[in-house]
Amino acid sequence: MHHRSAGLRQRGLKGWQSIERLFDAAFGSRFNPLRHLGAIGVIAILLLAASGTILYIVLDTSASGAHRSIDTLAAHPAGRLLRGMHRYSADVLVIALGLHLLREFLTGHERGFRRVSWLTGIPLVAFVFFAAIGGFWLNWDQLGQYSATATAEWIDALPLLAAPMSRNFLVADAVSDRLFSLFIFVHIGVSLMLVFGLWFHVRRISRPSVMPPRRLVLGLVGVLAAMALAWPIASHAPASLASVPSALRLDWILLFIHPLMDATSPGFTWALVGGGFLVLFALPFMPQPRPAAVAVVDPANCNGCQRCFADCPYAAITMVPHPNQRVGRLLAQVDPDLCASCGICAGACPSSTPFRRAEDLLTGIDMPQSTIDQLRRRLRESIAASTARRPLVIFGCQHGASTTDMAASDVSNLELLCAGQLPPSFVEYALRDGAAGVLVAPCRECDCEFRFGERWTIDRLLGRREPHLRAGVADGRLALVPASKGDEPALAASLARLREQVESMPLEASLGSRRRHA
Amino acid sequence: MPELAATRSTPRGPIAWVGQILLYGAFAAFIVVFSNWPEYRHLAADEAVIKISFIHTGQPVSDCVRQTAEELAKLPPNMRRPTRCPRERSPIVVAVDIDDVNVLTDSAEPSGLSKDGASAVFRRLVVPAGERHISVRLSDDVRARDTPYERDEVLALAPGQILVIDFDASQGGITFK
Repeated sequence: MHHRSAGLRQRGLKGWQSIERLFDAAFGSRFNPLRHLGAIGVIAILLLAASGTILYIVLDTSASGAHRSIDTLAAHPAGRLLRGMHRYSADVLVIALGLHLLREFLTGHERGFRRVSWLTGIPLVAFVFFAAIGGFWLNWDQLGQYSATATAEWIDALPLLAAPMSRNFLVADAVSDRLFSLFIFVHIGVSLMLVFGLWFHVRRISRPSVMPPRRLVLGLVGVLAAMALAWPIASHAPASLASVPSALRLDWILLFIHPLMDATSPGFTWALVGGGFLVLFALPFMPQPRPAAVAVVDPANCNGCQRCFADCPYAAITMVPHPNQRVGRLLAQVDPDLCASCGICAGACPSSTPFRRAEDLLTGIDMPQSTIDQLRRRLRESIAASTARRPLVIFGCQHGASTTDMAASDVSNLELLCAGQLPPSFVEYALRDGAAGVLVAPCRECDCEFRFGERWTIDRLLGRREPHLRAGVADGRLALVPASKGDEPALAASLARLREQVESMPLEASLGSRRRHA
Repeated sequence: MPELAATRSTPRGPIAWVGQILLYGAFAAFIVVFSNWPEYRHLAADEAVIKISFIHTGQPVSDCVRQTAEELAKLPPNMRRPTRCPRERSPIVVAVDIDDVNVLTDSAEPSGLSKDGASAVFRRLVVPAGERHISVRLSDDVRARDTPYERDEVLALAPGQILVIDFDASQGGITFK
């Protein structure tokens, strides 16, 4: 059963990645909206908050005046823009939320160190729908009436309230300004709870991506504004509790729960929704792969430089006073519950330089399952064993494009836990050790399994982030090829280009001081 | 400086623009369409709705009992009342017939741990519009043999109309609104 569900998830993930690549072709991986779903959700919340605040200021929020006031507002283009932005942003939020949830599930991100983020994200789904449905009531048109009465009947199906909530919507006199104030309180109050919950959701990671790239923000806002003006949101007739609203232009994205209840029953809908949430909450506790070993700090080799602290994508590292008692010296400390076992910290550590003369390369922070010392030994051995005139080295990522198909007599294939595990000095070391060319293959931009691995790798190799690759040591002999799963053909083509490039270089230049360390 | 391969760069040119316009357009079209369409009718054109709803506190489940002198003597002085009345209230039993066919019989238990609160009922019935003979019976006393509250009327229900059947003791009992 578990294997079957894992197979389904794998198939789903492949399908998802195909769609992502389609979007990459149009937007580029950096601006691909499917790689910024959480941040798009945050943008939608900001748009909702901004447009909602203005609506709250300009609208009459009484039971009798709300509909007329919104109609008056909709007579002006600015009012239509405001209203349309508010409604369509809510639709965008629900779609982004659904896709974000699906993507995180398909990538297995409900497990392990991400469990808390998953568990704190699930209640946000309820908050979003609760706030969205409550928003329809504030217009108090026939759609609001239908939504309010359907919600009340749904809540009444639970034995929670002594008096049925539906009695609030029996006759026109029942819907007073006081009740309307409660609607507004629910709408705004739940929205504030959503923002608070969002803070919980992201607080375990460093540099949370709450803002998509500017180009994507502009694109999204532009599309929403165009939608709001071209297809303005129109009210239904004012609510009348003496009659049932007839034909409704239902927002199926936000209000699908009501027709579902009409088609089944309140009890069935509760069972479906409750069961769905139970499954989502239970997923992190299902049998899962054994957790990988977490990063280990070696106090003797940690100089307290804070680079691992700065680069850790999950805020798993804190700096504490170094036990050697020297005033001001710090020591990295790993929180095992937060550590993703990505090795980005080892790639950031200045002690990870392979040029150190010690036979056993002990670094300040390292991954027990794949140490920097092992990486240096594998590199040395593979270059030493190569009989090619111009050996090539590939530093690939376990989660990125597979490099196994690139195996050739002149290629040394070194796979990392994450491309970010590679200390940049390894490139220079490989070239000095006899490699004619080095290909580093992090994942595509914004596609790193560990959030920042590809970004830090590129920045380090381009000299924009410490520790950086020394300038000029790899001119023409280093190819930096972001490649995710499915990009194997592009990676092979880049390798062929690199091979061609180093073939054209004089042998002496490409050899450098070959096998100097062997 | 190392070469950054093409997979990183943002696609440019007309194909990328067309791709972006198509994908943004499809996204916008999805939202615009499904935020308005398809039109939803949760009630057929020739149907009406009857909502039966009330909150009413039933009568005590039994009569008050006069306490004997011995019983009073056992009580603290501040609790020596001549009669002892039960706290528990009767459940409310409601029955609705439409055109002489029983469509609802329900018994609503009193709320509260001691069953001393009000009973509440809410039911929504969808009926064909037109002239309907509606008969409602409500009993709030387990001691009574007959039904203390009844209302029997022939009403013309317009399509889409909501008829509310409530209970208000100050207005004589069962009300039709």
